[in-house]
This record gives sequence, structure tokens and C-alpha cells, in this order.
Amino acid sequence: MSLLGKLSIEAVPYHDPIIMSTLTVVAILGVVIAGLVTKYKKWGVLWNDWITSIDHKRLGVMYIILALIMLLRGFADAIMMRSQLALATNGSEGYLPPEHYDQIFTAHGVIMIIFMAMPFMVGLMNIILPLQIGARDVAFPFLNNLSFWLTAGGAILINLSLGLGEFAKTGWVAYPPLSGLDYSPGVGVDYYIWALQISGLGTLLTAVNFLVTVAKMRAPGMKLMQMPIFTWTCTWGNILIAASFPILTAVLAMLTLDRYMDFHFFTNEAGGNSMMYINLFWAWGHPEVYILVLPAFGIFSEIISTFTGKRLFGYKSMVYASGAIAILGFVVWLHHFFTMGSSANVNAFFGIMTMIIAVPTGVKLFNWIFTLYRGRLHITTPVLWTLGFMVTFTIGGMTGVLLAIPGADYVLHNSLFLIAHFHNTIIGGAVFGYLAGFSYWFPKAIGFKLDEKWGKAAFWCWQIGFLLAFMPLYVLGFLGMTRRLNSTDNPDWNIWLYIAAFGAVVIAFGILSQVIQLVVSFMKREELDDKTGDPWNGHTLEWSTASPPQFYNFAKIPHVKDIDTWTDMKEEGEAYKRYESYEPIHMPKNTSAGVTMSASLTIFCFAMIWHIWWLAVVGLVSAIGFFIKRCYTKDVDYYVQPDEIKKIEDEHLKNAPKEVTA
Amino acid sequence: MLIRNLCTIALTAVVLTLAGCSGGVLDPKGQVGVEEKWLIIICTLLMLIVVLPVIVLTLYFAWKYRASRDFEVYTPKWAHSTKIEAAVWSIPVLIIVVLGVITWKSTHALDPYKPLEGKGEHMTVEVVSLNWKWLFIYPEQGIATVNELVFPADKPVAFKITSEGTMNSFFIPQLGSQIYSMAGMETKLHLIADEPGTYEGFSANYSGKGFTGMSFDAIATPTNEDFDAWVEKVKREGGELDSASYEALTEPTEFHPVEYFADVKDGLFHDIIMKFMKDHGEMNYYSKPENAVQGQHEAAQHNAQHIGAHETEAEE
Amino acid sequence: MSSIPSSLNPNSDVGGHGDGHDHEHHDTGGNTIFGFWLYLMTDCLLFASFFATYAVLYMNTAGGVSGADIFELDFVAVETAALLLSSITFGFAMIAAHAQKKALTLTWLGVTFAFGATFIGMEIYEFHHLIVNGNGPGESAFLTAFFSLVGLHGMHVSAGLIWMTIMIIEVLRRGLGNQTVTRLSCLSLFWHFLDIVWICVFTVVYLMGAM
Repeated sequence: MSLLGKLSIEAVPYHDPIIMSTLTVVAILGVVIAGLVTKYKKWGVLWNDWITSIDHKRLGVMYIILALIMLLRGFADAIMMRSQLALATNGSEGYLPPEHYDQIFTAHGVIMIIFMAMPFMVGLMNIILPLQIGARDVAFPFLNNLSFWLTAGGAILINLSLGLGEFAKTGWVAYPPLSGLDYSPGVGVDYYIWALQISGLGTLLTAVNFLVTVAKMRAPGMKLMQMPIFTWTCTWGNILIAASFPILTAVLAMLTLDRYMDFHFFTNEAGGNSMMYINLFWAWGHPEVYILVLPAFGIFSEIISTFTGKRLFGYKSMVYASGAIAILGFVVWLHHFFTMGSSANVNAFFGIMTMIIAVPTGVKLFNWIFTLYRGRLHITTPVLWTLGFMVTFTIGGMTGVLLAIPGADYVLHNSLFLIAHFHNTIIGGAVFGYLAGFSYWFPKAIGFKLDEKWGKAAFWCWQIGFLLAFMPLYVLGFLGMTRRLNSTDNPDWNIWLYIAAFGAVVIAFGILSQVIQLVVSFMKREELDDKTGDPWNGHTLEWSTASPPQFYNFAKIPHVKDIDTWTDMKEEGEAYKRYESYEPIHMPKNTSAGVTMSASLTIFCFAMIWHIWWLAVVGLVSAIGFFIKRCYTKDVDYYVQPDEIKKIEDEHLKNAPKEVTA
Repeated sequence: MLIRNLCTIALTAVVLTLAGCSGGVLDPKGQVGVEEKWLIIICTLLMLIVVLPVIVLTLYFAWKYRASRDFEVYTPKWAHSTKIEAAVWSIPVLIIVVLGVITWKSTHALDPYKPLEGKGEHMTVEVVSLNWKWLFIYPEQGIATVNELVFPADKPVAFKITSEGTMNSFFIPQLGSQIYSMAGMETKLHLIADEPGTYEGFSANYSGKGFTGMSFDAIATPTNEDFDAWVEKVKREGGELDSASYEALTEPTEFHPVEYFADVKDGLFHDIIMKFMKDHGEMNYYSKPENAVQGQHEAAQHNAQHIGAHETEAEE
Repeated sequence: MSSIPSSLNPNSDVGGHGDGHDHEHHDTGGNTIFGFWLYLMTDCLLFASFFATYAVLYMNTAGGVSGADIFELDFVAVETAALLLSSITFGFAMIAAHAQKKALTLTWLGVTFAFGATFIGMEIYEFHHLIVNGNGPGESAFLTAFFSLVGLHGMHVSAGLIWMTIMIIEVLRRGLGNQTVTRLSCLSLFWHFLDIVWICVFTVVYLMGAM
């Protein structure tokens, strides 16, 4: 047996011009970035202030950078799929053979859900949630750093598959027996398994971390029913993560045993049962979509309330509705496979349970509408995303209820109607939410506002591009086109495929506008500077800090009496208070333990994928070793001294408005 | 804002007028498909009762209460109204209750496992999904075909479906429902074509490299005589389908041409299921000595029941 | 009073600074135990998934052995007794730890370790015995599910034993500071949790299988 397991030079797809030119571009970009970092002598900063940082705000920023890079990767996959289908009509083969195309749609799904949407959501939560509840950090800051690097490890693995071996050709759900050894003997499914396992572990640790943070570290006086709505929706999301990700871990572990050790959980032979995989997968997979969308609901709530200058209508309804969605999200998984042959009673039960979710979701929409009512709405970029969401998501919700009716699903299942539906909810719901949150909280995290003109351009390109790209898919679904086809031969479909491809191009302009927006805003950062820390006249505590916030968040922990604490403080003249003296603040020190542990685990996963057993042992043992070393490190914290705090606070308060009026 | 609204309305209109288009789910040619089309249309209309006001109110309030219209009423602290909250909870509840009743009834009426009522005796076709083609066995006629399905119009067909390996979904959009094909298990589907014609059928569940080519023509002949003539043709032209030629057929192929088999080995369909079913222990509990194959077959269905699949019909 | 975290991970926490800020460490110790308890709840769902899979697959013996053929209840009963006793002895260790009795804590931890090691030893023997007799996990879906569920529990217990070894060294070298007691409390939660899981395994797999 070779020392390198299954790995050899043959694993590099040097014969594929598309992949090789992509790799070349990536390599050039990497060299350029490394060169710039070296030129400006920033390696030290990068390592000390970012990579080893356990500051939740910096981790949040890194999560979002990861999410944006993965958005570009996932979107490149999307453009390739749409152009392939626009070209491969009337029996033509297009330019992507099935071997390549099947990897692309699998990678697109996995990347967009696990490595774009999840890090984006977790990133926003990282930056904002501790600030909203008046905490100085999360409960376990080191664990937070580890979580990030585990997620990054998964992202590295999945992108490695581009140039080394292959990715899964099974669709992002990887149903056995197709994903079993008999039908997928290559390393593709193994990349899938290990990338999901390692990032899933990171996500699970994040959820535990933030649940403890919310339960134990709220500012004095803040009752549960006084937490900001974004904190609430994130908390419901974290409960869902804690309850559903272990199921994913389990089902992937079973698939691993089937593939590596000749077990028979899901094989056709020896009594395995592939239906069990499908059930377990969706017992995770369905809650997962609510994990993505609930925090987005929270973001919209914050934005509407802020930009109408009003309290959120029906706060309690919102909290209960989110909870109802979270709980119901666990009893609907079977609607992903009504066509498996369950009895009418079972199908009808799961169909009706699914529909019931439309009730709390509808309530949320009405509550947002009544927050607009008698407000003073400033149509800013975050508001545009929110309004776009309210219209788009409503359509997505409607088609979702339609799919929840088993009789309708029997003809729409797995069709492009389904594809249109879930993009309608995930883009129109989750992604619009994250992008809204991105422009809303950008000044808080970075210190200057984003350019409005390019932000609005980005929104309109996204919104129009979205409608052009996905409304035709509803039509194609009705016309009987199923998903994951590599080519088509039906003249009636062509026009819709062309429109959809054009829509993807319009979305590309939206993404381009966002890149330009970042560059323009950076150039104009003096002009867009957020001096007060409260650019939108916000309601919640994150706006009481400087932009970007002091590394200890709050010099004095605020006291909370009601929901919109920062509004109350401004009205009562409690905001921007100067103090003569401060108490020392106890802070954790940065550590390299997270990145070293996660690097070891990534090496372990890589070695498992390629069957390099000795390396797997090395990776696993060193990960455990780094962990134990961390446990016995004594030098983990320090105190910020009062005079330093006073200097920082005075500097911030110099820019504060003299008087704050409501 | 206006553009978006218009787009939405235009697209909804397009979707609804598609009902008149040819091909696809909204142009059904069989009873099951017709019922499913009306189910989709009625439920969509019901939902629009909530959806349209939501969209209109969103855009109207965003316009009416925008910051530049500072003469409008402004109530920054108003955040609760029991009346409104009661309304926003109860309106969706009402719609969902109605939809729920429709769902319960339609799911039972459209149960793919249920034979079609009042349509007379069903003809049986056994369907096997292979990589990457469909095998249709006609036990009553003793023939088999690959990638071509023929039956008379107005004759209800009972499909018994299984798979040789990967999971697929047997689907003829213009006739109605689809159902998965899974190895070691038998699923069922009952369909009818109300008028003669050639309808596209395919696999609606991705199963690997050659999946795109897994389409077939489902041909409903105008009369029974036409069907009989076709059966004769198959018997004339077709080869033999025994264990060896079936084994050859299981080799992966893409865009497999139509193929006929005149002489089909008895019980081939059961053999295909039992290839994997023999591994299940239930047969010890359920099979009767005098009727072993049948018993094992039931065991296959019992296996499906473990995680919520269909109750075995009494007619077995 | 601020509740600043200084740490870290579910089973390690700050403490023992001895610089007059003990109230803070008290808080974070609570965080650690609560966080670890939450982790255990997620672990519980991991086991639940394997239990569900076992319930679906246990009759799929592929013509091979069933539970009634291979389970030796007497043997498993002894195994079970060892694990249950280890839970009690861990309880004694925790009482001693809270009373700051170092030697007694170490003794009880040692006894607990011995019981745990007995349990694992017997399980390895059982697995080895099954595999050499041609009843390995690759033979049927039933055996797959059996080996995975019981093996998953066994891996947890083994991890617990490694952790216990480390804790014994920690107590030897550092005594019973706040941080060490917090860590012992987490390990104790873990150990009792595994005991409860084993009671379910014993009932669902062995008792119901042998009947």
C-alpha cells in the first residue's frame, strides 16, 4: 500500500481546461494577496489580530469574508449550470459533460447552504448578538475561534476537491445507494462527508456557545422577553442547530461506515435500508432551512423598526411565532419525499403540519406591515432588501404551501418548480436578509457606512435578476422539466431556459455592484465615517458602542428595563455618559490553539478522504494534543486597566452628540 | 417598486395561462393528472386571498409612510393592538384550516397506491429502473420492453415499481402522480390515459451520470385492438429475457434505445426484488411455507412500513 | 458584577488565579457546566439517531444471526453492573472533591477507572468473540446497527477513561482548585450520562433482543 493512499498525480484534472484555468486564476490571486501582505508587512497583524483572535466581532468579520468568497464560488457554479442548460437545448450536449456538471450542481448546493449561508448567518450573529445583550464577549471565546476555523477547514476541503480528485456527483443530499461505494467509488462523496462533518462540528459548538451566552450573560435587568428580536431569532436558530446537527453527524457517520468499513446501514445488500438515510437526512435538513431563515427574520425586524423610527409591532407575537416555526420545523421532514410511497394518512399528516408553519410566518409578515404603518420609513439599502424580501418571500411561501399538499407534490416533486420554490425562500428570505444585515451593520463592524448608490444598484440587479432567473423555473416545472438534467430536447422549454440564464447574468451585475460598492465605500471612508457609533438612530444596545466597538464592548455594562434599551437611554439622557473612573476589565487573551487544532483536524479529514491512514492518525492525535495543551495553558487572560479604558472612552465620546433627543 | 409589482402580476398571469399550453403538468391527459391540476389551481387561488393583500399592503404602506411624507400620522411608540393581532393570527389560521381539509381529502383521493375507482379492471405493468433506462414487464402479455411503455387509452394501469440499484422516480407528467423506485422494495402507482397519445415519461430522481437519458415514451393506443397489435409486434420482433439477458441489461448504458422482449422469464420481477429482499430477516416472520415467494414479497413491503411507508393493501 | 468569560471549552475553564476575583470564576464555572450539559443534550440526540436506526434495522439479519442467537445476558449483566457501580463510585469521588479531600478523590477516581476499564474490556472481548465467529458488523444490517450503537457508547466510555486519566494527573499535580472541580463536575455529568445511555442500550438491544 502506498504511503499516499489513493492520492497520486492522476488526481489532478490537468486535462480539463475549465478547472485548470480556474486553478490558475486562484493561484495568481493567492500569490498577489500574499505578495501584498508581505509588502505591507502585515503577516504579524494577520496572525496576531485576526487568525488567533478570540474577539467575537473579528471572528464575525472573518465568517462573513468566508461567506462572501464562497458566494462567489457558489455563484460561479450557478452561472455554469444556467449557461450549460441554455446551450444544451434541442439535443445539443452543451459544454459540460455529466461527469463535470454533476459535481457542479452538488458543489453549488453544499457550498451555498453550508459554506455561504451558514457562515454569513453565524458571522452576523457573532458580531451583533453579544453587543445586543450587553455582554463583553461570548461564553467561550476560545471555542468561538475554534468553531470558525473548523468551518473554514470544511470550506478548504471542499475547494481542494476542485484541483485534487473530484467532488461528489450525487446532488447535495447524497442519497444512498447512489452515494454508496457501489455507485460512487471515487473520493467525491468522501470530500462531501468530511467537509460537512468538520464544519458541522464547528456549527454545533457555535450553537452551544451562543445558547450559554444568551442564557447566562445578558446585561443585568434584561429579561428573556426583553431581548432584541434578532437575538431571539438567533436563539431559536441555535436551539434548532443543537437539536438537528447531531442527526447530520450521525447519518454522515453511518454513511462513512458503509463506505469505509463495509457496514450495511444504507446498502441494497445485507438488509440495509436507504430510506433511513433519507429520513434522517431531512430530519436535519428541514430544521436547517429554518436555521438559515429565522435569523434573517430577526434582521428584517430590526431594520424595519429602525428605519421607520418605531417600535416593532407585536414583539411577543414575533417571539412566539419564531418559536412555533422552530418547533414545527421538526415535524415536517417527510414532505421532502411524499412520493416514497407512504400511506395517505402519513402524507396528509405531514402535509398539514407543513402548512401550519405558514400561520406563524404569515403573522410575521403582518407584523412587519403594521410596523411600517404610521412610521417614518427611510428608503435606505437595508430597507429595500427588506421590502424586496417581503414581496418575494411571500410568493415563495405560497409555492411552499402548494408543495406541501401531497396531491400537488406528486406532480411537482423534484421538478424545477421545487428549485424555484426553495431559491425563492432561501434567496428571497435568507440571503436578502443577510445582505440587508450586511449593509445595516457594516458601519458598526467596520467603522464607515456603505455607499448608498451602489447598494441600491446591487439590490435592483439582485431583485430583477432573481425574478428573471427563477420565475421561469416555476413555468418549467409546470411544463414537466425535472431537476438535475444535463441537457434538454424540448423546444417549448428553450425560451424559459434562456430567460433564466439572462436572469443569472443580471444577478452577476448585482454581485459586481456589491464589489464596486465595497471599493467605492473604502475610497470614500472619510466621508462615510460613522463617528457616533449610531448612524441610523438605532434602538438596541449595539448602537451604544463605538464603530467599530471597543474590544471590550462596554466600559460599563448597561442596565436594561425594556426592549429598546438604547432608545430609552437616549430619551432619558443616559446615553454617551462620561465617567470619571472605570473598573478594570477582565479579558481573554488571543490564542493559536483554535487554528492549530482545526488545521490538525482538517489534515485528519484530508487523510481520511485519500485513505492515508498514518497521516490521519497524526492529524487526530495532534488535534487532541493541542486541545490538552490549551486546557493546561495558564496564561489565558489579562486585565484592561482603568486609565486605558478612560482614554479609549474619552476618544469615542469626543464625537458623541452633545444632546440626544428622541 | 411598480416594476416589481408588474413583473409579479405578469408572471402569475403567465403561469395561469400555461393551463392552455401543451405538455406538462397543467395539460393533463388522464384523470389523476386532471384532479391534480385542479387541486393546484384551487389551492393557489385560496392562498392568493392572503398573499395579494400582503404584497399590496407592503408596497402601499412603504409608499404612504415614507419619510418625505411628513404630514402622515407618526406613532413611534405604538407597538401593540389586540384587535390587529387577533386578526393576523386568525386569518392565516382560517385559510390553513380550509387548505388542511382539502389536503386531507385530496391526499386520500389521490393516493397513488389506490386503484382507480369505477374504471374497471386494471392492467398490470411491472416497472424496473436500471442504470440508466426503464424496463417494463407486462406479466399478463408475457412480454417486456425497454424505454417504451404502451397501454390502451381509457384502461387503468396498475404499476408495480422497483429498482435494480439506485433510486429513481417513475413519472409521466401528463398522466399525473410519480412514485419512487427503490431496490428491494415494491412501490405502486395507478394511472389512466383519458385520450390516446404519446406522453413523455422519465425519471424524476437523479440517479447518476446517465440520468438525463432516462426518458421514455408512454403511448396510449386508441383502442384495445391497437394495443393487441402492438403486443403481437413485440412478440414477433423481441428476443428472450432470461436471467442472462437481464444481467446484460443491468450494465450501465446511456440513452438506451427502445428494445423488445417476447419471452420473459416467469417471476422475473419478483426475482429482482428478492435479490435484495432475501437479506431481510422478516421473511422468517411473515412467509408461509406453501407460498414462500408471496410471503417474501409482503416482507418487502413490510420493510417499507418501518419508516412510514405504505400499508399493504388487502388485495395482495 | 460582571460575568466575563476567560475561557474556553466545555471541559476546561479558568480559575485558580488567586488574584481576588473569585466571584468571576464562579460565574464562568457555571457557564462551563451549563455549556457542557447542553453539549450532552446534543450527544443524546446523536445516540437517539443510532437508536432509531437500530430499531429500523434490527430485524434485517440477512439470513444470519439475530439478537437472540448472540446475546449472552449473564455476561452483559456483569458488564452493566460494572458500569453502574462506576457511576456510584464517581459520585463518591465528587463528594470527596467538593470536600477538598484530595487522597479520597483520587482513590474513588481510581476505583471508577477500574470499573470503567472492566466494562470496556468486556465489551472488546464480546466484539472480538463475535467477529472471530463470523458475526462481524459487515455481515448484516442488524449486526451493523448493533456494533455501531454499542460501539458508539463504548467509544464514549473510552474517551471518558482517557479524560479520567488526565484528570487524575491534574488532581495529583494541582490539587482541587476551582477549575479542577469544575472539570471533574463535567466529567461526572458525562459519566452519569453514559450510564443512562447504557441502561437504554441494555434494555433496547440486549433485553428486548434476547427475548
